[in-house]
Amino acid sequence: MAEVAESAQPLLERATADELKHYYYQMLLLRRFEERASEMYVKAKIGGYCHLNLGEEATIVGLMAALTPDDYIFTNYREHGYIIARGVPPGPVMAELFGKETGVSGGRGGSMHLFDRKTNFMGGYAIVGGQVPLAVGAAYALRYQGKPGVVIAQMGDGTTNIGAFYESLNLAKIWKCPVLFFIVNNGYGMGTSVESGSSEPDLWKKGASFRVYGERVDGTDVLAVRDVVRRLRARAEAEGEPAIIDAVSFRFRGHSVIDADRYRDPEMVRRGRELYDPIRKFAALLLDHGVVDDTWLKSVADRVEREVQEAIDFANNSPDPKFEDLYKYMYATPVPNTPTAEDAIRAVKINRGEF
Amino acid sequence: MPVITYRQALNDTLGEELARDPNVLLMGEEIGVFQGSYRVTEGLLAEFGPKRVVDTPIAEEGFVGVAIGAAMLGLRPVVEIMTINFILVAIDQIVNHASKIHYMFGGQVSVPLVIRTPSGGTGQLAATHSQSFENWFAYCPGLKVVAPATPYDAKGLLRTAIRDDDPVIFIESLALYDTKGEVPEDDDFVVPIGVAEVKRQGTDVTVVSYSRMTAIALQVAQRMEQEGISVEVVDLRSLRPLDRPTIIESVKKTNRAVVIAEDWYSYGVTAEIAATIQEEAFDYLDAPVYRVAGLEVPLPYAKDLSAASKPNANSLIYAIRQVMRGTKRMR
Ligand SMILES: Cc1ncc(C[n+]2csc(CCOP(=O)(O)OP(=O)(O)O)c2C)c(N)n1
Ligand SMILES: [Mg+2]
Repeated sequence: MAEVAESAQPLLERATADELKHYYYQMLLLRRFEERASEMYVKAKIGGYCHLNLGEEATIVGLMAALTPDDYIFTNYREHGYIIARGVPPGPVMAELFGKETGVSGGRGGSMHLFDRKTNFMGGYAIVGGQVPLAVGAAYALRYQGKPGVVIAQMGDGTTNIGAFYESLNLAKIWKCPVLFFIVNNGYGMGTSVESGSSEPDLWKKGASFRVYGERVDGTDVLAVRDVVRRLRARAEAEGEPAIIDAVSFRFRGHSVIDADRYRDPEMVRRGRELYDPIRKFAALLLDHGVVDDTWLKSVADRVEREVQEAIDFANNSPDPKFEDLYKYMYATPVPNTPTAEDAIRAVKINRGEF
Repeated sequence: MPVITYRQALNDTLGEELARDPNVLLMGEEIGVFQGSYRVTEGLLAEFGPKRVVDTPIAEEGFVGVAIGAAMLGLRPVVEIMTINFILVAIDQIVNHASKIHYMFGGQVSVPLVIRTPSGGTGQLAATHSQSFENWFAYCPGLKVVAPATPYDAKGLLRTAIRDDDPVIFIESLALYDTKGEVPEDDDFVVPIGVAEVKRQGTDVTVVSYSRMTAIALQVAQRMEQEGISVEVVDLRSLRPLDRPTIIESVKKTNRAVVIAEDWYSYGVTAEIAATIQEEAFDYLDAPVYRVAGLEVPLPYAKDLSAASKPNANSLIYAIRQVMRGTKRMR
């Protein structure tokens, strides 16, 4: 099996020291970003629903390390880490969570609806399963236009129970779409365990009746994730062969910031955080191999702390979207009889009691 | 009379109906182990067990269809859709099947099904999580659509809906779950489907509303009293069937009408009510009917933009003042 071959290689043959250090830095950045985002939510700087990637850092960084700039990414609403690891600075991401004009979606989308055209980050989608056919469609377009690249359809384990997933598998296969169904298997969809929601809990097998190949990977192992994505990505790009990747990790906290996680045994959660912490594991690996030392780890922690604080400062100091721009993005092609900036101002004044 | 929350009224009723009729069962995402996304079903799994309180995977089209099929054989499923936004995944089963089965098959079988779901937006939930789609269902003959505004009506209408032999879309509101009101104990009262209620008597202007907007209308009515404007509040309670006589009777008395709903302005509930009023009470109107509804955007996330896009007390006060400026009809 290919995975065995990959992981049996000596560490420094799998990645350069600089690459390894970069993965560590990225994972720590996502960790601190999410921890601080949670704080900002409690301070009411962030509203709506806010889903964190805590515990999923290796899955995200490993995925992004395997992608090329030609690739496209569609995700669910638990996507802060994806857009950052794809290369968007944390400032505009935090600003989006704060609902600011400088946010990645202009403050219109919020935590669940991040987007960045420049890096082909094609959006976070908050209706379960909604992003999956869209990703297949993007892959269809790549193939149609004869362009390089593949598309990632990121989703959670719970999402593999919705019809859109199965229709997408079938369409991707019969139309030879270069798409990877990237399942972040964190064990739970809200309070529903994989075992109680899925008749086939081995999620990588769910493509079987569509003849879509699937593989499970340790989602807390950044290199393992990177390598499996690389391998299946190459095949998808060359042969239009879709595949499922079932990346197993542990959800550190409740479903969203406001979920008290009462349905999971606290002792199990405590142990899970210890056993399945991808960052701690990776730090130990790097120390063992002499790639880094404690001073280096400390300096990265300081750097990350500073960068996340700068992101928060940037978000805090950013302007809110203007009321007159309420209708600004309504249509791409303007047509008559649609509301204008003046309409927006009039309506908002009434709404705010300024009459 | 005990004062309880809207949430408690629903929770009590679900428990009572489960106890009353063994064919009643609850189905939905996170209603059991998780205790309900908005805690409406809290404690019911422990009390009634997994046969009666069924946690589902995320598969709305599937389990709503399953509930419809089960209802055709005499079960009385009460399905929770976490929020109305997610009902779109299941709308085919509701509109193409549940609504039509009794009529299209010549009355041979009915679909005694309730689908409970909160509609509308609060707290920056943004474009995909803040929508109001009750008008889509109210548009569809064969469905019954109710939208209680108070704990009393929530209880009375939920009882009626569960005991009714047709598919009922039961609209709740995140912003109402914690609101309180009097609900009699040990009293099997029901609130009929298809009947509105005048929630407050007034003489100068009729405000027509439902669900959360009724709560706002009642607050505004009190404030307007201080300005010397007497507001009558007609709470629709049901959107289909629509109680046109109660609306018309009120407008004939006050000669002015404001209609408020949270859905988008064009093609929304307010359009239906305004059309009804002009058809049936045109000669009684002293001013054009004024509609207050959501601004027509995918709801932006940013706090101020978000708040400004949904109707509120200010927008209603403005509307009332506008219709009051209309000249008094000469009779
Ligand atoms: C169609 C639909 N149904 C229900 C929901 C509510 N919901 C949001 S996230 C979620 C759980 C998803 O679980 P999973 O796919 O495992 O992703 P995770 O949150 O664990 O990352 C549910 C039920 C929704 N957003 N859309
Ligand atoms: Mg999950």
